[in-house]
Amino acid sequence: MSHLILIIGVTVIAFPIWMTFVAATHTQEIMLKPPVPIWPGTHLFENIKLVLTEGYANRPGSVPLYITLTNSMIMALGVAIGKISISIISAFAIVYFRFPLRMLFFWAIFITLMLPIEVRIVPTYGVVASLGMLDSYPGLIIPLIASATATFLFRQFFLSVPDELAEAARVDGASPMRFFWDILLPMSRTSIAALFVIQFIYGWKQYLWPLLITTKESFYTVVMTVSRQANVVDAVPAWNLLMAMALLAMLPPVLVVVFMQRQFVRGLVETEK
Amino acid sequence: MEKRVTFNERWLPYFLVAPQIVITLVFFFWPSGQAIFQSVITEDAFGGNTKFVWFDNFVHLFSDPGYFDSVRLTVAFSAMVASLGLAISLLLAVMADRVIRGATFYKMILVWPYAVAPAVAGVLWGFLFNPSVGVVAWMLSAIGIEFNYVVNGNQALILVVIAAVWNQVSYNFLFFLAGLQSIPKSLIEAAAIDGAGPGRRFWDIAFPLLSPTGFFLLVVNIIYAFFDTFGVVSALTSGGPGQSTNILVYKVYNDGFRGQDLGGSSAQSVILMAIVILLTFVQFRFIERRVHY
Repeated sequence: MSHLILIIGVTVIAFPIWMTFVAATHTQEIMLKPPVPIWPGTHLFENIKLVLTEGYANRPGSVPLYITLTNSMIMALGVAIGKISISIISAFAIVYFRFPLRMLFFWAIFITLMLPIEVRIVPTYGVVASLGMLDSYPGLIIPLIASATATFLFRQFFLSVPDELAEAARVDGASPMRFFWDILLPMSRTSIAALFVIQFIYGWKQYLWPLLITTKESFYTVVMTVSRQANVVDAVPAWNLLMAMALLAMLPPVLVVVFMQRQFVRGLVETEK
Repeated sequence: MEKRVTFNERWLPYFLVAPQIVITLVFFFWPSGQAIFQSVITEDAFGGNTKFVWFDNFVHLFSDPGYFDSVRLTVAFSAMVASLGLAISLLLAVMADRVIRGATFYKMILVWPYAVAPAVAGVLWGFLFNPSVGVVAWMLSAIGIEFNYVVNGNQALILVVIAAVWNQVSYNFLFFLAGLQSIPKSLIEAAAIDGAGPGRRFWDIAFPLLSPTGFFLLVVNIIYAFFDTFGVVSALTSGGPGQSTNILVYKVYNDGFRGQDLGGSSAQSVILMAIVILLTFVQFRFIERRVHY
């Protein structure tokens, strides 16, 4: 009984992904005649190669996918690494130092929690435009790393580190930065790994932001490209190529989730605490 | 909570918080301030002459029946996404908690949708329900249901709900599973010895103990449905046909970028910000309480 429900659930959940895969393995002609096949064909590598090197059916505005995949990779890595670096040092400052304005800084960071970029999209676009950061990697990455979740995670973790460690470091005459590099950072390894997985996926899934601030094809990301091409009204849509693109767009984060499942689940549960 | 042991440095802590504070100021406080500022002014089409108009933009917004249609739509949409998403993932989590063989396999498949971007999820479901080649649309027409989300508003809304729920199921599932696995087995066994069947054991023991997780997920799912479904809507329907899927977060973008109505869009931004802050506050109040359990 439990297995039956689970099998139905898994089948329904996996079905869209399966159909994407199937569509990517056929030719354009087959994918235009309903009913479309539900078993894979033999043109997978051909389709993948075509979208990687030429993009979607050579239409204007279509970009070879190797470019957009590279951009997505740069963006996702940039968001993950950037967020982790700025938030681990600010959490270190807020937990291990007493200084004027500390609580003001703390609240300034705190208030950014959960406010998604979609909500203040028009003015954020204005700010990035006036800073001349349209069509650039910093423009894609930096506005997304202003968020408090990672700082909170590190703050919670640092508060749970025994005081004796900092005391010992002080007695031995170690500087604060020495303590940070040699003790705190190695101890935070698992938190960093968990956070990295979550933030990488977050950066990869971005859609509206890259859509707005990139006008040059060399800065397009893969998620926005797939969605854009899907919205182009076509007389004869090349579903096989579109689905091959969708397949490539979801492959990296799916691999991360499947192969780093422990860190992923940990990161998910911890960032929400 | 505070640390007992701290370091004494005059300037170092400022250098350490500087990157985050600068980024927060430039990309958070400045745009948010701009949104508030633009919500109380009007600007002519060329960006010249700005005029302070007090709350005219808000008055204008609130006298627009289209805005309230979008509010009602968003509330109904969120209710559907949250209730369906929670119910389905709870059912799957309860089943996955019971089985011993194959649990890893089920879990591996069920976490996949989390990795799919909302905008790509929209494309996938649009393909399945495509009126001319979609395999699900074809099956539906075989049993006599004409499904065409491109022209039928209600069907478009149903499809957006399905895609949004699918995208969020993994997240809910993992939290429910973690919650179920933290319930002491001795409680369940004691109830079993007393003769309670599986249904009774679930409703009388597991379900009440899961309620903190459930409440937390409810808030997260409402926030998700309100804001993170932008990609799904944009990829599937662009708010249409007509206004039938034009939820608030899509309307902000549409009015601001396509309609060039900066004042109205900013007023909507300010209202949305207030909603997020309120929801976040509710969540934190609740989490504080949960700590004392």
